[in-house]
Amino acid sequence: MDKIPILKMGHFLLVTIQVDMHDRLAMTLQDDLTSRVVKDRAKGVLIDISSLEIVDSFIGRMLANIAAMTRTLGAESVVVGMQPAVAITIVELGMSLHNVRTALNVDKGMALLIAQLNGLAEDDGNEPNPE
Amino acid sequence: MNPTRSETFQLQTSDDVIRMRQMVRVWMVEMKFGLVDQTKMVTAASELARNALAYGGGGSVCMEALADDGRRGLRLVFEDQGPGIADLELALTDGYTTGGGLGLGLSGSKRLVNEFAIWSAVGEGTRVTIVRWTI
Repeated sequence: MDKIPILKMGHFLLVTIQVDMHDRLAMTLQDDLTSRVVKDRAKGVLIDISSLEIVDSFIGRMLANIAAMTRTLGAESVVVGMQPAVAITIVELGMSLHNVRTALNVDKGMALLIAQLNGLAEDDGNEPNPE
Repeated sequence: MNPTRSETFQLQTSDDVIRMRQMVRVWMVEMKFGLVDQTKMVTAASELARNALAYGGGGSVCMEALADDGRRGLRLVFEDQGPGIADLELALTDGYTTGGGLGLGLSGSKRLVNEFAIWSAVGEGTRVTIVRWTI
């Protein structure tokens, strides 16, 4: 049974979905990611879907679930790299994904997570780098 | 309209759904559909195949290549012998679901194709036909 690898990069977890997701794989990913967020004390999750040729309502629901679950655990998720044809299709399908943060690519997604992390630090009153 | 090519596949597991998606993609590439057309049709097919599995207890899909007055079309007929749908109008409403999903399978896939027809009888099953044309 194959698994989707989860990489740790600093405060963040990085997942690249490269295979056609079937139901069990999607469920395993939800379980693995939430466990890793807790174990690694991750502050953010980056999900790269640039290799996905379609996002149907099943995969869309999985992405929304992951975003909600990790947010509950204190880690923001960002979905990056959606193909233009996929974006056109999911909007016509009627899927808004409005609870899922998205960014154009890995760089922009990472920038979003870092900005989020810095924002959190300020909210705590802990200036990361006081001049 | 007589199809120029026709094949039927069983839909019994989620792996069958993935194989069917790949098959639809291959046919559409061969028929020279554009990328957005392919993506819409494969997504609609995925929704309907999942419906056949989740609600119909499995079923089949018949794929047919059509040619009509210079345009090419792909017709997919999804059939199951499940419990059927009592209220089709309700089932075609965005957000309506009895299965805990998003309720976009039928209504959403209808928006992704050029032709959409549904037949269902309680206790007999459900048949959904979709067509996407090159022009």
